[in-house]
Amino acid sequence: MSEEMQGGIIKKFLYVNRRAPYGTIYALESLEVVLISAAFEQDVSLAFIDDGVYEIVKGQDTKGSEMKNFSPTYRALEGYDIEKLYVEKESLAERGLTEADLLVPVKVLSRGEMADLMESNDVVLSF
Amino acid sequence: MKLAVLVNEGPYTHQASDSAYLFTKAALEKGHEIFRVFFYHDGVYNGTRLMVPPQDDRHIQKRWSELAEKHKLDLVVCIAAAQRRGMLDENEAKRQGKDANNIAPGFRISGLGQLIEAGIQAERLVAFGD
Repeated sequence: MSEEMQGGIIKKFLYVNRRAPYGTIYALESLEVVLISAAFEQDVSLAFIDDGVYEIVKGQDTKGSEMKNFSPTYRALEGYDIEKLYVEKESLAERGLTEADLLVPVKVLSRGEMADLMESNDVVLSF
Repeated sequence: MKLAVLVNEGPYTHQASDSAYLFTKAALEKGHEIFRVFFYHDGVYNGTRLMVPPQDDRHIQKRWSELAEKHKLDLVVCIAAAQRRGMLDENEAKRQGKDANNIAPGFRISGLGQLIEAGIQAERLVAFGD
């Protein structure tokens, strides 16, 4: 439906997540954009760099902070055909994290490869 | 060139609102087309008509409204971001049982699809924020 409305144009959208999940609203509102863009049948990728890697760390518990734990939503992205998730290797290493700490399957890229990924996308939205 | 603009930060607290306005104005003056200006995160506060800045300072909302009127600009405030921050238009205020609304002239409230559409239709989507 939405694809027709856009004249069949399919662009490569990259959402760059740079911030920890609960300190600011950016991660949550970024996820809201990602979910909407799925309805427009665009070519969507997500990148996690800097503190953004904490958004997809396993075992998030927000009870004490009275905030909504929205981390299960990342697992649901597959159901929206959003399967291209990239994580920066250096950002993981700097925080003592490995791929095994993450709650979704990702492709780990070096900082240089991450730059290439950004270059290869049409619309880059950074949150 | 057909451009779209995204404003992600609140007025007065952050440069983004000023930079986005000055960029949009300059682009229009140079003959570029602005497909849409979309306000997200705290950027939605650019569209409250209840802001009353000191008289010797710029009036960020009025500047947008005047630019919109002059150039038939499409200023869109994200509904989800707006509602959680207390920004309502007349219809939403009624629907939510609230006693007031605060959307400024020239702005309209709509969904995030409007941002995606701007990304698709514009040659460049220029984002202002951190």
